Amino acid sequence: MISLAGRDILHAWGKFVFTGIGLGLLIGVTLTMAGVYRGMVDDGKVLLDNSGADLWVVQKDTLGPYAESSSVPDDLWRSIRAMPGVAQAANVTYLTMQVGRGDEDVRAMVVGVAAGGPGVPGWPPQLVAGRQITRGHYEAVADAAAGVRLGDVLKIRRNRYTVVGLTRRMVSSAGDPMVFIPLKDAQEAQFLKDNDAILMQRRRTEANPAFNRPAVPDLLDAVIASQTSNSHVNAVLVRLRPGFAPQEVADPIRLWLRLTVYDRAQMEGILVGKLIATSARQIGMFLVILALVSAAIVAFLIYTLTMDKIREIAVLKLIGTRNRTIASMILQQALVLGLIGFVVGKITATFAAPLFPKYVLLVPFDTAMGLLAVMAICVLSSVVAIRVALRVDPAQAIG
Amino acid sequence: MKRQGIRIERLSKRYGAGDTAFLALKDVNMHVAPGEVVGLIGPSGSGKSTLLKCLGAVIDPTSGRMTLDEQVIYDDGWKVRDLRALRRDRIGFVFQAPYLIPFLDATDNVALLPMLAGMPNDEARRRALELFTALDVQHRAKAMPSQLSGGEQQRVAIARGLVNRPPVILADEPTAPLDSQRAMAVIRILNDMARRLETAVIVVTHDEKIIPTFKRIYHIRDGVTHEEAGEGRGFE
Repeated sequence: MISLAGRDILHAWGKFVFTGIGLGLLIGVTLTMAGVYRGMVDDGKVLLDNSGADLWVVQKDTLGPYAESSSVPDDLWRSIRAMPGVAQAANVTYLTMQVGRGDEDVRAMVVGVAAGGPGVPGWPPQLVAGRQITRGHYEAVADAAAGVRLGDVLKIRRNRYTVVGLTRRMVSSAGDPMVFIPLKDAQEAQFLKDNDAILMQRRRTEANPAFNRPAVPDLLDAVIASQTSNSHVNAVLVRLRPGFAPQEVADPIRLWLRLTVYDRAQMEGILVGKLIATSARQIGMFLVILALVSAAIVAFLIYTLTMDKIREIAVLKLIGTRNRTIASMILQQALVLGLIGFVVGKITATFAAPLFPKYVLLVPFDTAMGLLAVMAICVLSSVVAIRVALRVDPAQAIG
Repeated sequence: MKRQGIRIERLSKRYGAGDTAFLALKDVNMHVAPGEVVGLIGPSGSGKSTLLKCLGAVIDPTSGRMTLDEQVIYDDGWKVRDLRALRRDRIGFVFQAPYLIPFLDATDNVALLPMLAGMPNDEARRRALELFTALDVQHRAKAMPSQLSGGEQQRVAIARGLVNRPPVILADEPTAPLDSQRAMAVIRILNDMARRLETAVIVVTHDEKIIPTFKRIYHIRDGVTHEEAGEGRGFE
C-alpha cells in the first residue's frame, strides 16, 4: 500500500517545508528557553563546584552567601578549622557589582579569596591563561566571559587591579563572570565608604562624649579605627577530611558557634529551588505559551490542508478507503510537520545557543522530551482535522 | 459468482419523518444486465442523485430490494454489513469531474483501489497499466493529474472505476465537462469496457448529445421511473 501522507507531502513539499521552518524557529526558541533554564541550574552547580567547599558556614538564619547577604567575623575560620573533621576553612566574600573595564563596565561577581593559593576553598581551581594571584593587593583573576585579557586593568571601587590570570565557566548563579581578588581588597571593596562619609562619621564620633573622653585619650582613636576597618566576610568555606559526613561536621558548628551551615545538597536546593525559582517559573510560562502557539500553528495548517482535500477525502471514502487510512494520513502529515519543525528547531537552538550572553545548556534529555512534546502536540493538533475528515459524507463526491 | 448485473425492486427512499417526510424514490424498479449501458435521465430534483446514492450503497433505501449479481445488498431494511468494502470491490464510480487524487500520479490514482483491497502494489499497477492501454492513455501513466488534459483525466477516472472489475459502474454525468467529440469518446469507452468486462453501466446524464447512444433509458420524475427503449445509435 502506498503512503498517501508521504505522497501528499512530496506533492506539496514547499508548504510543508516552509511551515516546518516557521514552526522550527518556534521550537528552536522553546529549546533555547529550556537551555537557558538548564544553563542557570548549571551556573549554580558550577559556582558550588568551583568554590571547592563541602560546607558553607554563614550568618545564623540566613540563606547566604549567594541567595541572601551574610556577614560573619573574619577570625571565625580559626574556630571552624579546629572543629573535628575539618580539613580546610577559608574566608570568602562575594559581591556582585559593576566592574570598570577601560571606558566600559561589566557586571561581575567579585570574589575575595583568602591568602593561601590554589587548593584553598574559594580559589579558582584552574586557569586557562596566566597565573594565580601571588600578591596581597591589586591583582585579579577574571573569567574570560568578562571580556578581559591578561594585563587588562579592572577598576573595582576606587582601586585598580591588573588581570594576571583567566578562567573559563567561573560564573555566579546569575551567569555573571567572576573576578577573584585578594580578600582584604574585597572586604574593603564591599564595606569601604567614600572619603566624605568617613569624615562625617569621624566628626559625629568626636562629638559623642561617650567616645571622646579626655580621661581616656586612646578611646576615640580605637573607636574610629574600628569604624574604618572591616573585619567581616560573607562566609567561611569548609573542606572536610576524608571519611567525615557533612552533617557530622556541620552539627557541632551549628551548636557551638551559633552559625548556619549548609552542605552541598542544601546549597543546591537554595540556588535551584529559591534563587532561580522565579526565573524558572517565568521560563516555564514561556514554554507553555510557545507550546500552545506551536500547537495552534500545526492544528491550523493540518486543518487547512485537510479542508483543501475534502472532495478528495469524500472520493476516497466513496471508493472504500477505511476511516483509519484517512485518519492515519492526516496524523502522519502532522507528525512529519512536527519532525521537520523539530529538526529545524534543534539546529537553530544548537547554533544560536553560543550567541546568547548567558550560558545556554542544551541537554539530550531536554531534546528527547522536546521531541516527545512536539509529537504529542502534533497528535493533539491533528485531532480536529481528523474529526472533520471522518465526518465527510462520501455522498459529497456524487453531488 | 455469475454476472447478473444490478437489479432493484420496489426501491423507496424517504427523507425525514412525520409532517416533513419526503418520498424521494417511489417503488423504483430497474435492471441492468452485464455488458449493458443504460441512461438515467430526468430533471433536477427528480430523484436521480438519490437513486444513484442508493445504487452506490452510499445511502440506505427505506424499503425495497437491491441485488448485485447474486448478492443481496438491501432487502426491506436489511443490508450487508460492510458497505464500504462493497463499494470498494463491487461498484465502480465515474464522476462528473474526474476527482483524481492530486498528489498521486495517474497510475497510482487507479492502482489505489486494488491496493486498498489488499492487492500487491506491483500487481495493482500492472492492472492499471492494462486499462490505460485499453483506454489509450498509457503514455500518460506517470503524469500527475494537473498535467493531464480534461479528456485524459476522465479516461483515468474511468480506469479507476473499472480497475477492480466491478459488476456495476455508476457514472454521474461523466461527459458534462467535455466537448461533444470527447463526450462521445467517453461513452464509446464505457460501452467497450462494459462489453469486455461484462459490467453493467448506469449513466446519469443531461447531455442531449449522448442520450441517443443508449439502447435503454430510465426516465425519472418525482421519484418514479419508467423505462423506454433508446435509439442505441453509433455503437453497433
